[in-house]
Amino acid sequence: MRSLIDNIIKVEPDKSQYPEDIPSCLVDREAFRDVAKAMKAGKARLVAEWATDETLFARGFGIYACYEKNGEYLIIKAYMPEEDPTFPSLTKKFVSAYRFERQINSLMGVIPVGHPDLRPWIKHEDWPDNAYPLRKSFDASQSITRVRGKYPWITVGGEGCYEIPVGPVHAGIIEPGHFRFSAVGEDVINLEARLGYTHKGIEKRFESLSWEEGARLAGRVSGDTTIAHSLSYCQAVEAISECQPPERALWLRALLLERERIANHLWDLGAIANDVGFAFMLYQMSILKERLMRTNNKLFGHRFMMDRIIPGGVTTDLTQEGGKMILSEMDWLSKEFERLVTIYDRNSSLTERMTGTGILLPDKALELGVVGIVARASGQKMDCRLTCPFPPYDQIIPKMIVLGAGDVYSRAWVRIEETRESIRIIQEILNNLPDGSIAARFNQPPPDRAGIAMVEGWRGEIIYWIQSGLAGGGKINRCMVRDPSSVNWLALEYAILGNIVPDFPVCNKSFNQSYSGCDL
Amino acid sequence: MYPYIMETIQIIIVLLLAPIFVGWIRCLKCWMQGRSAPGLLQPWRDIARLFGKDIILAENASWIFRFTPYLVFSVCVLAGGIIPILFKELPLCAAADVIALVALFALARFFIALAGMDIGTAFGGMGSSREMMIASLAEPAMLMAIFTVSLLSHSTSLSQMTHVVIYQSLFIRPSMAFALTAFILIVIAETGRIPVDNPATHLELTMIHEAMVLEYSGRHLALIEWAGMLKLFLFTTIGIAIFFPWGIASSNSMTAILLSIVSLIIKLLVAGISIVLIETGLAKMRIFRVPEFLGIAFLFATLGMLSYFILE
Repeated sequence: MRSLIDNIIKVEPDKSQYPEDIPSCLVDREAFRDVAKAMKAGKARLVAEWATDETLFARGFGIYACYEKNGEYLIIKAYMPEEDPTFPSLTKKFVSAYRFERQINSLMGVIPVGHPDLRPWIKHEDWPDNAYPLRKSFDASQSITRVRGKYPWITVGGEGCYEIPVGPVHAGIIEPGHFRFSAVGEDVINLEARLGYTHKGIEKRFESLSWEEGARLAGRVSGDTTIAHSLSYCQAVEAISECQPPERALWLRALLLERERIANHLWDLGAIANDVGFAFMLYQMSILKERLMRTNNKLFGHRFMMDRIIPGGVTTDLTQEGGKMILSEMDWLSKEFERLVTIYDRNSSLTERMTGTGILLPDKALELGVVGIVARASGQKMDCRLTCPFPPYDQIIPKMIVLGAGDVYSRAWVRIEETRESIRIIQEILNNLPDGSIAARFNQPPPDRAGIAMVEGWRGEIIYWIQSGLAGGGKINRCMVRDPSSVNWLALEYAILGNIVPDFPVCNKSFNQSYSGCDL
Repeated sequence: MYPYIMETIQIIIVLLLAPIFVGWIRCLKCWMQGRSAPGLLQPWRDIARLFGKDIILAENASWIFRFTPYLVFSVCVLAGGIIPILFKELPLCAAADVIALVALFALARFFIALAGMDIGTAFGGMGSSREMMIASLAEPAMLMAIFTVSLLSHSTSLSQMTHVVIYQSLFIRPSMAFALTAFILIVIAETGRIPVDNPATHLELTMIHEAMVLEYSGRHLALIEWAGMLKLFLFTTIGIAIFFPWGIASSNSMTAILLSIVSLIIKLLVAGISIVLIETGLAKMRIFRVPEFLGIAFLFATLGMLSYFILE
C-alpha cells in the first residue's frame, strides 16, 4: 500500500509528521517539481499546496504539497532560504495548484517560478504589494495603509461579446463574491470568479490562539460546516499530541457530522429547486431542516452544534432519552423526505431544468482535482469516511454514491442518496453507541511537530495541517485550512461553459461552495 | 353624465382591487407551500411603503427613465377604462378596440425596455432583450387568439364580443376552447408568471421583467409595481370579458352593478386558484423554451380560427 512513496526514490520520511501512516518527505527545492511530475505520472491528485514561514526554526520558508491516490496521502516539503523565497511552480502539472500558488504568492510572499498568472488571489489590490500577512514579520495588530490598485480581468473580445459583472453584493442572503461573465447573447463563453471578499485572516489568527481556542475558531471557518471543520482541526491536533479520544466521543462526533450533513443536504436540495422557480421544495425542505436544527438546540445546546467538539472529545453527552428522540425524529424525517423525493423525481419540469445543465465531465473533474459531492457526481470515487475512517466508520460503512453525468441533476441526486445513507448511519450509531467517557485528557503538543487530518464534511474533504511552534511557546506556528471550496470553485467556471446565463444560479447552487471557507 | 360615473367607478375599483388580487395569489401560494401568509393587503402596504421612500436615480438616467413609470401606470389605468370589467357599455370601450388595447400595452412595454437600457447596466439590457424576444412572439399570438372571438362577434370591440358571448346559447365551441387555451398560455408569458418568468426571484441573472426595473426606487418603483399588478389584473379580466362574461352589468340598475361586482370577485378568486396551481406545480422553464411555448399558443390560436371556419 505504499505505492505513492514508491514513485519517488531516495527520500527518507520525516519523523516529525503525524499521524505516522501519512508520510512526509523532505526534498530539495529543485526536486519539488520533479516529484510532482512523478505524482502526475502515478495518477495522484494534488490535495493541497501551502507555504510556511519557518524563520523561527531558522529554516527560512517551507513549501508543502499533499498528494493522494486511492485514499493514501503523501506530503512533500521543501525549504527555501529566507533571502530567496522561490520554488518551482506545479501549475503546469496540476491545475488545482493554480490558485493555491496564487494564494501562496499573495499571502506568504513566496514566489512560484513559472506560474503563468500571478495576479493576487484572496488578498485584494488595495493592500500594498509587499504586505504578506502570513509571514511572521507581519504584525496583524496594526492596520495597514490602503493603496490604489487595479485587478486586471481576463477579457474576451469580438463582435457581440459583452460582460456581465455580478456581485460581490448579491440580492439573496448569501456570501459576497464577484462573478464576471463574458457572454454572446445568452451563451456564456467565459466566467471568471473573484473571491476574497470575506478574507478574515483566519490562518494568521490561529497562530495567536491556544490549542483549545483553535477548535472554536475552526468551527467558524465556514458556519454551515462547523462540525466538520472543528473535527478536522481536533483530529490534526490530537495526532500531534498523540491523544486518543474515548470510543463514545468518536461515535458522538460521527453522529454530529452526519446530522450536519443531513441538514445541509436538505437545504441544498430545496435551494436548487428554488433557483429554477420551484419554491415549493425549498419551503418543504426548510421545514425538515428546521426540525433538525431545533432538536440540535435541545440536545446539544446549539442549532449548528458549534463548539461541541474539542481536542480530546466532545463537550455534550447524549442521554438515553436524547437518543430515543433522535431515532424517532429519523423515522419521521425518512418518511417525509421520501415523500418529497418522489415529488422531486416525478416533476418533469424540474428534472428537465436540472438534467444536462452545468456538466462537469469526469475527465475534467479528475484534472481539476475536485472533491466531495461535486467529485462524486462526476464519477470520482472518493470519501474520507471510507479512506481515512475513524470509529464508528470502520464498523458502519457508508455507501459511496458515485454518479457519472456530472450535471446539476447528478449533484442533487448524490445529495438525496447521501441523506438516505446518513439517516441509516445515525440509526446504526444510536443503536450501538458505546458507553464511557466523552473526553480524554488533552496534553499540549510537543514543539515543532506537524499533524494532518482529513474529514469528509458535507461539501467534501476538509484538510487541516497544523504545525506546532517552538518549545515554551506552546502555540501554533502554522495552521493550513483547505476547505473543499478552495478546489471546487474553479470547477464551477468550467461547468458553466456552454450553458446560458440564466442557468448559472442553479449551477452555482448545485455546487454550493463556501466563500468564507475559501477566503479564510 | 351617467356613463362617466360608471367609468370612474370601474377605474377606481380596478386600482383598488388589482393589488388585492395579487395579495390573494400570494396568500394561496404561501398556503400551498406550507407557509403562513402575510395577508391580502400586503401588496398595498408595499406600495404605500415605496411611495414614502426617496428616489435614488442613476447618474446617467435620462428623461426616459423618469418618464416611463408614469407612462406605464397611465397605460394600465387607461386600459382599465377600456376593458368591460364591471360594465359592458363604457364610453372608452367605444373609443378603443382590442387592437388599440394590445398596442397600448406594447407602448408601455417599449418604454420599459428602453428604460431598462437607459441606465446602461448589464442586467437592464439583458432584461430588455429577453422581454423583447418574448413580446415579439406573444403579441401576434395574442391578437390571433382574440381574433378568433371577434370572428364570432364580427367585431374587434371588446364590449361587442362580451355582448355576443353572453347572449349566445351555452354551447361549447371548439374555436373558443382553442382560443381560451392559447389565451391562458399568452397571459402567463405576458404577465411574467411561472413557468415563463418568476416574479418572486432575487436572482438577477434569471430575471426577465424584474431585470429591466432593477434600478427603480421610491415612487417610481411603486408605480411600476402597481402597474405590474394592474397588468395581471387586466389580462385576467380581458379573459373574463371574452370567455366568461356572464354577470357583467348591462344595465345601470343597482342590483346589476352589485351582481357584477360579486361575480367579478368570484371569478377572480377562481382565476387566482388556477394561477397558483400552475405556479406551484411547475418549475420555470429554460428561457429558450419560451419561444416553443409561445409557438404552441400561436398554434392553438390558429387552430381556433381554422375550426371556426371548418366546424362552425
